Amino acid sequence: MIAAILIILSITALIGLILGYASIKLKTDGDPIIDRIDKILPQTQCGQCGYPGCKPYATAIANGEADINQCPPGGDDGVHKLADLLGVEYKPLNAEHGETKPKSIAIIDESTCIGCTLCIQACPVDAIIGAAKQMHTIVEKECTGCELCLPPCPVDCIDMVEIPETTDNWKWKYPIHSIKQQN
Amino acid sequence: MELTDKIFKFFGGIKPNGHKAISTINPIKRLPIPKKLIIPVRQHVGKVPNIKVSVGDKVLKGQILAEPIANISAATHSSSSGTVVAIESNKIPHPSGLPDICIAIETDGKDEWIKRNRIDPSNLSSEALYEKMKSSGIVGLGGATFPTHIKLNSNKIKTLIVNAAECEPYITCDDMAMQEKTKEFIEGIQITMDILKIPHAIIGIEDNKPKAIEKLKTVLNKSKNISIKVVPTVYPSGDEKRLIYLMLGLKISKEKRPVDFGIQVFNVATLISIGRFFYHSEPVISRIVTVTGALKRPNNYEALIGTPIQELIKDAGGKSDQEIIMGGPMMGFKLPHTDVSVTKAMNCLLAITDEMKSKDTFEMPCIRCTKCVEVCPAQLQPQELYWHAKSKQFEKLTEDYKLFDCIECGCCSYVCPSNIPLVQYYRYAKSEIRDQLKSSEVADIARERNEFRLYRLEREKKERAERNAQRRAQTSDSDKKKLIEEKKAAIAEAMKRIEEKEK
Ligand code: SF4
Ligand code: SF4
Ligand code: SF4
Repeated sequence: MIAAILIILSITALIGLILGYASIKLKTDGDPIIDRIDKILPQTQCGQCGYPGCKPYATAIANGEADINQCPPGGDDGVHKLADLLGVEYKPLNAEHGETKPKSIAIIDESTCIGCTLCIQACPVDAIIGAAKQMHTIVEKECTGCELCLPPCPVDCIDMVEIPETTDNWKWKYPIHSIKQQN
Repeated sequence: MELTDKIFKFFGGIKPNGHKAISTINPIKRLPIPKKLIIPVRQHVGKVPNIKVSVGDKVLKGQILAEPIANISAATHSSSSGTVVAIESNKIPHPSGLPDICIAIETDGKDEWIKRNRIDPSNLSSEALYEKMKSSGIVGLGGATFPTHIKLNSNKIKTLIVNAAECEPYITCDDMAMQEKTKEFIEGIQITMDILKIPHAIIGIEDNKPKAIEKLKTVLNKSKNISIKVVPTVYPSGDEKRLIYLMLGLKISKEKRPVDFGIQVFNVATLISIGRFFYHSEPVISRIVTVTGALKRPNNYEALIGTPIQELIKDAGGKSDQEIIMGGPMMGFKLPHTDVSVTKAMNCLLAITDEMKSKDTFEMPCIRCTKCVEVCPAQLQPQELYWHAKSKQFEKLTEDYKLFDCIECGCCSYVCPSNIPLVQYYRYAKSEIRDQLKSSEVADIARERNEFRLYRLEREKKERAERNAQRRAQTSDSDKKKLIEEKKAAIAEAMKRIEEKEK
C-alpha cells in the first residue's frame, strides 16, 4: 500500500519536474513571444500606444510592462488576437490612447510644401521622398497613416485622406438575414 | 487524354427546377440602338485599362475606348457610333453598389463601324496573335470575365472543352446562341483549336437542351475533330472541374488547374466572340442576355454593351422598380441599383419572383441535419463552414474546413431546411480572410521599412561620430601646433594689453 502511494507520488513528482523543465526550456529557447505579438500589431508605427513603435510596444507587453489594449490602429480585433495569444482576458481599447480611425494615408499639398524635410525625418517607414528645398511626395503604397508627419510640418500642407472604398477593396458584408431575425 | 463515352457522376449536386422554357419561346431579340450607352471602363478581372478617348470625341462602332495596360487586363470598345459625352464615375452592376469609371456615349443612330479586316491567325506569329487578342476585349463571357488572351497563350493544351452545360436555372443565353448562331459557334471552336494547335474539342452539354443538341449534331455530322458529350442535368455540372470530371473522369484538386492537365475550358459565348473577332474583326461590343423571372415576356436579347438594363426589362414586360438578380438564382447577386447598363459579365437578368422572396426573409438555427453535406460537390462540411464563419473563427475555416475549396455553388443553401443563406456567410468570410492576408502583407512591408530606417539612423549616427572623430584626429598633427601657437599668441597679446593698461 505504502509502496504504491510512494510510486504514484514519485511519478507525479517526476512528471511535474519534466513539465516544469519543459516550460522553462521552451520559453527561453529563442523567445518568440515578442515576434508573435509584433506580428499581430498593425505596424503603423504611430506611437499612440506610448512606445516609439510597434516592436517596443510588443517588447513591453511581453515583459508585462504594458497592457494589451493600447493600440488604436489595431482596433478591437487586435486586442482580441493579443488576448488569445497571451491567454488573458479581453478588455476594450483604452480610450486614453486614442480611437480607431478608418485607414487613411497622408497627402502632401505639393504647391504649399517648402521642402523643409521635417516630415521626411518624422516618417517611421521612409515613405516620403524629396530633397531639401524641393517639394516632397508621399509614396502612397508605403504610407502607414501614422500621422507623425503632420505636427512637424511648418506650413500645414499635409492632409490625412481616408482610403475610399472601391470595387477592388470592397468586402462582402456579414449576412443581414441574421440581424433581421434577431429583431 | 483518353476519350470515352462514359459519364462520370460527380459527388453531390442538386436538381432544381430549371425554369428554362419561359425564356426560350421566342428567338433572340435585338432592341433599337439606345440613345445613350454607359460603358464601364473595366468589365473584366484585372487591371483597369487606359482610357484613350476624351469628352467630345467622335467614336465609331468597334473603336477602342480603353486599352489594356497589363497582361491581366482587357480592352473596352464602343458598341455603336456617336460622341463621348462624359467620362465619370457611374453606377455599375456590382454587388457592392459602388460606382466605377464609365464612358458615356451619345449614339448618332448610324451605327457606323471602324474599318475591319478579316484576321487570319495562321498568318500571325504567336506574339502578334497574343497582342491582337489583347485588343479584342474578349473575356470569359460565362460571367468570370477573365481575359481570354491569357488562356489562349499556351502550348501545353491538348484538349479543348466547350462548356455548354449552362446548368444554372433560368439562364438560356448559351442554349439560344447555340441554336441560332450554330455556324459562328463552330467557327469559334475551330479557330480556337487552330490557335491552340490542337486536333480535338469536346462540347459538354446538359441533356435539357435537346434543340441545341440536335442542331449541333446535324452541323457536326461529319466532323471528326469536334465531338459532343451530352451530360445529365445536375447542378452544378457547368462548374469547370465538375464538367471535366463528368466528361473525362479526371479529378482535379484545389491546388491544380485544368491547364496543368493540358485542358482548357471555354464557354459558348466566349467561343462565339473569338470566332466573330477573327472572321469579322468584331471586338466584344454586345452579348446575349437572358432576361427572365417575374416578367411578362421573358426573352433573350442580343444587347449592346452599355445598354441601360431598364430598356431590356421594359421590353420584357417588367416594371422599373422590380428587384433584379444578375446571374442565376444560385450564384448570382441582387443588383443594388437597377439603373445600370449591360456589361460583358451580364449573362442573365432575373426579376425576383415571390417564391424567391419568401425564401429570402428568415433564417432559422442550424439543426445539424447534414443535408448540406450530402449535396456539396466540393465535399466540404457546409454546416461547419457556416458555424465558423458566423462566429468569425477564420483560422479554423481555412485550415480545418478548407473554405477556399468552396465554389460558392449554393447547393447547400438550396437544400438547407433552416433557410440559412450559407453562401453569403462564406463570401463574407472569404473576403475578410483575403483582407486580413493583404493587411498582414502590408504590415510586413511596414515592419521591414521601419527596421531598415532604424538601421539607417543608427548607421548615420555612427558615421557622423566617426567623421567627427576623424576630424579631431586629423587636426591633431600639423594643425594642433598651429592652434596652440595661435592661442599662445593671443594670450600673449592679451597679457600685453593688460600690462599696457596698468602702466
Ligand atoms: S499604437 Fe501605433 S506604434 Fe503602437 S503598436 Fe499600435 S500601430 Fe504600433
Ligand atoms: S442543411 Fe442547414 S440546417 Fe442542415 S446541417 Fe446544413 S446548415 Fe444546418
Ligand atoms: S456553396 Fe460551397 S459549401 Fe455550399 S455546396 Fe457549394 S461548394 Fe459546398
